[in-house]
Amino acid sequence: MTDLLKISGLDVEFPTRRGTVRAARNVNLTVSPGEVVGLVGESGAGKSTIGNAIIDLLEAPGRVSAGSILFEGEELRGLDENQMRRVRGDRIGMIFQDPQTSLNPLMTVGAQLIETIEKTNNIKGAEAEKRAIELLEQVGITEPKARLLAYPHQFSGGMRQRVVIALALAGDPDLIIADEPTTALDVSIQAQILDLIKRLCRERALGVIIVTHDIGVIANIADRVVVMYRGEVVETGEVAQILGAPEHEYTKSLIAAVPRADRKLDRFSSVDYIEGGTKPFKRIDIHTHWLGQSRDVRGTGKAVEIENLNLSFVLQKALLKQNRKMLQAVDNVSFTVNEGETFGLVGESGSGKSTVARLIAGLYRPDSGMIRVIGQDVVSNPKSAAARKARRALQMIFQDPYSSLNARMRVLDIVAEPIRFYGLTENEAETRRIVGDLLDHVGLGASAALRYPHEFSGGQRQRISIARALASRPRILICDEPTSALDVSVQATILNLLKDLQQELGLTMLFISHDLPVVRQMCDRIAVMRHGAICEVSDTEDLFSEPKHEYSRHLLNLMPRMDLLGEARA
Amino acid sequence: MTRWERFKDNDIVWSFLSSPGAMIAAAITVISILACLFAPLIAPFDPFDPSQISLWDGKLPPAWSDGGQPQYLLGTDNQGRDMLSTILYGGRLSILVGLAAVCLGMVLGVTLGVISGYVGGVTDAVIMRIADVQLTIPGILLAILINGVGRAFLPLELRQEFAVYVVIIAIGLTDWPQFARVARGATMVEANKEYVQAARIIGLPAWLIMIRHVLPNTLRPVLVIATIGLALAIIAEATLSFLGQGIPPTTPSLGTLIRVGNEYLFSGLWWITFFPAIALVVLVFAVNLLGDWMRDALNPKLR
Amino acid sequence: MFFFILKRLAQSVLVMAVVSAVSFSLFNFVGDPVNNMVGQDATREQRIEIRQQLGLDDPILTQYARFLGNMVQGDFGLSYRIKRPVDELILERLPATLELVFVSAIIALVVGISLGVYTGIRRKSWISRVILSVSLVGVSLPTFIIGIALIYLFAVHLRWLPSSGRSGTVELGWWKTSFLSVDGWRAIILPSITLSLFQLTLILRLVRAEMLEVMRTDFIKFARARGLAERAINFRHALRNTLVPVITIIGLNIGGLIAFSVITETVFQWPGTGLMFIQAVDFVDVPIMAAYLVFVALLFVLINLVVDILYFVVDPRIRLGD
Repeated sequence: MTDLLKISGLDVEFPTRRGTVRAARNVNLTVSPGEVVGLVGESGAGKSTIGNAIIDLLEAPGRVSAGSILFEGEELRGLDENQMRRVRGDRIGMIFQDPQTSLNPLMTVGAQLIETIEKTNNIKGAEAEKRAIELLEQVGITEPKARLLAYPHQFSGGMRQRVVIALALAGDPDLIIADEPTTALDVSIQAQILDLIKRLCRERALGVIIVTHDIGVIANIADRVVVMYRGEVVETGEVAQILGAPEHEYTKSLIAAVPRADRKLDRFSSVDYIEGGTKPFKRIDIHTHWLGQSRDVRGTGKAVEIENLNLSFVLQKALLKQNRKMLQAVDNVSFTVNEGETFGLVGESGSGKSTVARLIAGLYRPDSGMIRVIGQDVVSNPKSAAARKARRALQMIFQDPYSSLNARMRVLDIVAEPIRFYGLTENEAETRRIVGDLLDHVGLGASAALRYPHEFSGGQRQRISIARALASRPRILICDEPTSALDVSVQATILNLLKDLQQELGLTMLFISHDLPVVRQMCDRIAVMRHGAICEVSDTEDLFSEPKHEYSRHLLNLMPRMDLLGEARA
Repeated sequence: MTRWERFKDNDIVWSFLSSPGAMIAAAITVISILACLFAPLIAPFDPFDPSQISLWDGKLPPAWSDGGQPQYLLGTDNQGRDMLSTILYGGRLSILVGLAAVCLGMVLGVTLGVISGYVGGVTDAVIMRIADVQLTIPGILLAILINGVGRAFLPLELRQEFAVYVVIIAIGLTDWPQFARVARGATMVEANKEYVQAARIIGLPAWLIMIRHVLPNTLRPVLVIATIGLALAIIAEATLSFLGQGIPPTTPSLGTLIRVGNEYLFSGLWWITFFPAIALVVLVFAVNLLGDWMRDALNPKLR
Repeated sequence: MFFFILKRLAQSVLVMAVVSAVSFSLFNFVGDPVNNMVGQDATREQRIEIRQQLGLDDPILTQYARFLGNMVQGDFGLSYRIKRPVDELILERLPATLELVFVSAIIALVVGISLGVYTGIRRKSWISRVILSVSLVGVSLPTFIIGIALIYLFAVHLRWLPSSGRSGTVELGWWKTSFLSVDGWRAIILPSITLSLFQLTLILRLVRAEMLEVMRTDFIKFARARGLAERAINFRHALRNTLVPVITIIGLNIGGLIAFSVITETVFQWPGTGLMFIQAVDFVDVPIMAAYLVFVALLFVLINLVVDILYFVVDPRIRLGD
């Protein structure tokens, strides 16, 4: 088969004031018709840059500095803007990550489709409209004729991504570049969109490049895989070979870091290829250490008890109560978290799992229901001394490592805030010593105290967040998607840290996540949530081996197939 | 890295050092503020000292034109005061009034805006409705009105003496909704961020979170508004004075000087209006240029 | 949608209520209305009689209700200084102000938006750079200085156009217009340019900033990736999306024109409501001040309502509920 696309020796540079950043170096890549090539790598690997370089849409000041891009035998490098415009849309289609922002909010879906069809197919009016309807049908949108008149905001996320795909297909291109096409979507929708892309690829003999950070997506859809690391291609091969028997060290550690869903392991395999690693975890003696000084009082054996919790948000205001549109974010939720266990709360976005966490943390007040933290009612009189004391035993780690730290405070002041506020130490010197100790303990080193958050990477910031949470000497830690914003290799190290801390300090953890494999590795018991309500609460192994609720089975079925992944990661 | 090198490496400092416009603007702003603040030391004459003024020297053109005298570089006004000295003293008043008015508006607006954005609910609704209603009426009109009413309240003999304060209050009171809106918007963005939630979970009281966490993170947009606001406040003061509603001619500001000079424009005594007007425009332009650069440099989206 | 409009209407009523309360308190707190009516040499009896006539001894709420009733009928009493009904005075001078604001608004919108779009699209061209630098000077020029400069140049120095006043008006019923004679047009040119210049530069800079903002969005990038023509991207996609914020500011700016007409009218001795207002403030002529305040607020409320309706036309997310 001849190559549809052949990239050889491609270099992409971004000149900045601190010198030129080479985002891609000597990249070689080929795509054949009817083939899905997965371009995989972690953030900053340069994978999106390749996609943008092919259709000459690099963000300024980026530029291709060397190499060639042969598309159907024609050199794309050096084409002028007019020639390039005839390639875009007509011969190469592009799909972006976020369907929320990819469509013009002020134009109907039909107008955007027809405008694209008129440009690429050289047909007008009724004929173009007919073609638009066909396209919507092909991407699986029901009642396509009526939907032509709808605006993007009237579609759900998954439907919007289908429209985006229809737009990319409008010019009947031979190659589609999909840049993280499912990252912004829920798991159940992800699977549908990937199926659609795969089907179109086969039917139309399209070449497809899927740019992604998600090994699961690769396992599901790709025929061949190109692994990138820091701007370079480190390994290329058939999907089974790359996932099952990777050769390069980086690929090995990347695949080893993917949490597995098939069985529970003690710890995540250590990722040794990733540089800038952290110090190994040192045990401390909890009986003599500062962190252990709060555990004199033993609780009831129940860390958090929740009974019939309800909370609704107003979606659309109205003067009359019955006209208001309400969202029942939390619907009669009850469960108990035992002391010392890790309790998982899983569900898709909008299932209410984070809202429950914020209710327990006291960030929202429930409409009705009861929350007890270590046996203390914290709802009826949240300002009372007893309730405040109970709440202090409970800390939270958030999802976004970039917004969870105040950028204007030094790490020292961030971590020391609870210590100073509650006077947990005798003097400032001791505070500084404890903060240094905590930072050291989470693997950052005491010298981090004098720096500012922006000097740290995402994973390191999560470690600062953990240190801040520990500084209140908590007994319960709520982790709200603590690693979903991190690369998979960093995720493994953070999850290992949390496991170590839990064992050492005897912490109770409430672990919120949408990622079933992660939950399986972390939790003792799991509650599955959907539409604000709990579907089932089961022991982890029971849930994965014999789910009771239909929705749990549905979720388990949607997990990416990982059977291609060999024992390389054991 | 030395301290200076690290300072230079900061993105905002770097953007400043690589933008000649911003540097020139900052230089003009600093020089004019210094020149005006130290007017008593720099100015060749004291325009408020009757012994230094003689009507015989009135209406002299600038030193370089026919009939000009070397000691009066920019000529003299109708009363024989040295133009350069009156401009320095007038600019000093304009800048002080502008700064004071912006500070008043900023303190009032930011306080109300942060409270409004952080507390929300009824407090927010009340504060923002008041701001909305006030924004319905254009600032300069409101300033004229507040100023007019304020003066009407004062007994005649005190009007001149307190005119400066009335003007400051009038401009400051018209300014606050802008600050409140910006501060409120920034506060709402910050309050939803997870570091504020973390502070709440630690158990810090609301006022401490507002002061320690939210306020410092809202200051960037406020600073931009304040700079542009300073330019607008200087213009507002000049406008009030030009309309005869502001600073009286006994202690003239730049606006008052232009108003007085305007009466002599038709008789060819152009310098009595021209120089104060140029001084005003250059000052406002420099401040605007600075604000413009700051808006770009502090906008993370543009970087 | 119904809720949206209802909310806006409620807000407008609130604005008018607050403004009328302010106007009402002007009457009561600024100076003594009886003194203002009769002068210093009236007898005690005359004063008491006038107090009763004016109803000044009634409870304050009754007085306010009466004031509101009169206000709705356009009755603000007699001017203290000119001793004529205020509504008559305002109506007489209204055409001058409205025509001036109208011409200025057209200049500001047409020139401002087109230059804004140009500088937004041709970001790097030297013409854009020049326009931008000049516009920053424009923002820094106080209206009255522009006026003085234009008068000096075109009226005093070149003697092309009249320096002040409103000549060459033609009567259409009670409405005197400048638009039907050459003299009328000659007189309105300088004041309207003066008035429009500041708003023009604001609109220009705003449209440009919004264009740049929209140009960075994903849907523009996606439109590029589909190979759409530059023109379609610039106008069909980018410009329409800049309209929503631009409409808001333009609404405010037309209000700004009315406010700054006070200054322009003073500089050019243009016989409009603004000039009347500033003279009223000088003499603490409360009925005119109060009436002018209510009048301006009313205009603003109307402009804001129009802006809200325009939102509906432009943005389907508001029209169809989000």
